[in-house]
Amino acid sequence: MIQLKNVNKVYEDGFHALKNINLTFEEGKLNVLIGPSGCGKTTTMKLLNRLIDYTDGELTIDGKLISDINPIELRRQMGYVIQSIGLFPHMTIYDNVATVPKLLKWDKQKISQKVEELLKMVDLDPDTYRERYPHELSGGQQQRIGVIRALAAEPKIILMDEPFSALDPISREQLQDELVRLQKEINKTIIFVTHDMDEAIKIADQIILMRDGEVVQKGSPHELLTNPINQFVEDFIGEDRLRQARGLPPMTAFVDEDYPSVKVTESLDAAINVMVEKKKDQMPIVDADDKYLGILSLYDAVKNRDSEIKNLVDETVIAYRESAEVEKFVASKETIAPIVREDMSFIGVLDQDQLLEVLHEQVDQKSGVMS
Amino acid sequence: MMEFITELLQYMSDNSAELIALTVEHIVMVLQAMGLALLVGVPLGILAAKVERLAPVILSLVNILQLIPSLAMLAILLIYFGLGNETVVIGLFFYSLLPIVRNTYVGIKEVDPGVSEAGIGIGMTPFQLLAKVQFPLSIPFLMAGLRVAFVIAVAVATIAPYIGGGGLGKEIVGGINGQNDIRLIAGAVPAALLALMADFILGIVEKTTKRRFRSVS
Repeated sequence: MIQLKNVNKVYEDGFHALKNINLTFEEGKLNVLIGPSGCGKTTTMKLLNRLIDYTDGELTIDGKLISDINPIELRRQMGYVIQSIGLFPHMTIYDNVATVPKLLKWDKQKISQKVEELLKMVDLDPDTYRERYPHELSGGQQQRIGVIRALAAEPKIILMDEPFSALDPISREQLQDELVRLQKEINKTIIFVTHDMDEAIKIADQIILMRDGEVVQKGSPHELLTNPINQFVEDFIGEDRLRQARGLPPMTAFVDEDYPSVKVTESLDAAINVMVEKKKDQMPIVDADDKYLGILSLYDAVKNRDSEIKNLVDETVIAYRESAEVEKFVASKETIAPIVREDMSFIGVLDQDQLLEVLHEQVDQKSGVMS
Repeated sequence: MMEFITELLQYMSDNSAELIALTVEHIVMVLQAMGLALLVGVPLGILAAKVERLAPVILSLVNILQLIPSLAMLAILLIYFGLGNETVVIGLFFYSLLPIVRNTYVGIKEVDPGVSEAGIGIGMTPFQLLAKVQFPLSIPFLMAGLRVAFVIAVAVATIAPYIGGGGLGKEIVGGINGQNDIRLIAGAVPAALLALMADFILGIVEKTTKRRFRSVS
């Protein structure tokens, strides 16, 4: 576990790059630092392998003060993946991946096994790629090597500085998927810097959104999406993503309160009259206290004119509470959705035209079609 | 003209043993100077690249050395080191410093910062970074410098006899002094061939290292 307590970074020219950063990176979690450029996300990450030292505060790794750890040792225990990939162009893929194990003086056999295992893990055939040079690989393949080079010495912590942002969109998606898959296997503590919100939402366990050297909000992607604490967070996440995350509004947004209802005590003829007059083929039936009982269909009513309402009410048509999610109705096969309060008193009926309109809008947005 | 060439060939074949000996002497002087220049120039170039403050000092110093006319340089060295091949080698060494120092410096400066960052980030010491990454990557540049230095040295070495040195210059200077065209050409042609060959061979070496160490695009 990595902990930052009141960490500040002030440069010699007085620039206050990090202001009172308090963060916890838990073991085995994928933490994403995100924010506009200059927000301090990369600086924060570089504190962890001492490429940058903080001015004051406390930074501990597993309870040990980071300033007490030799930076060279520290870095060999951490994986490091960077945007420019940074493979050594004069070394073969094998030598690139084996760099840290060699620095740590592992024996040859162990290194060779490890390299083979890692190449297989990212679906690169060891026999084909071991002796190749970086320039013979595509950008996506190169960054795969970049990632497994970071994994080679079995570090517990991996730092990733915008590792996928220089790749083409297809490779980027693939590598994100692979990282999520890999993380399930390897369970490392990953600190991942990006400016791409989609990427963050896709891969993160914890997102830390920063601005001007401060942490604005941290939490799971779900927390940020459903509960952005201020306008900046909302803007950074973007309206589209927020709307998608919120899904459809609750039932209350679609209630048609003018929809008529008939008390169960009234005569069947009266009910039929109302239905004909209002042009409804289904009618919610309520009891004396306005509590919902069921649905009377015009068809049944006309067919059994001698009967009474209470005998014809279809009680299998369930009512929805006003707080219920609209998705439930959309997923059901019902053709009418009576809406009730907590105490079952009748409010109205779901307005299907309106619902259809909202659904339509969402579909358009997702497919990118402007209407 | 034809007569001249036949005479030249006749002279060269009559004195082939002597000419070969002079050529070898010439090559040895140049190689010694190159060895010395690499030994001193590469560390100087690395130092300039690593300690930014020293770079202007080192680079202008080797620049000035290069600017001294060759005859003047050898004359000055003569005062301190006396007559003989050693003095010539020192002079050639001074001439070769600039291309080697400058190219080592540029080669290390040109290493992709991302590659260096990766090296530091995965826990290389500054020395490991230099030895395993930055220096190997600067080799194509160094080879280009060596090629220039070699050609210059082959040329400058021909004035060696003025300060008591040997090599093909002996034939050339002898030819000039005795107003003997044949002797002059018999020395100049192998010297020119030597320079061309060195340029050609080192050119191939340079290209090979470039291919081998091609950076990731």
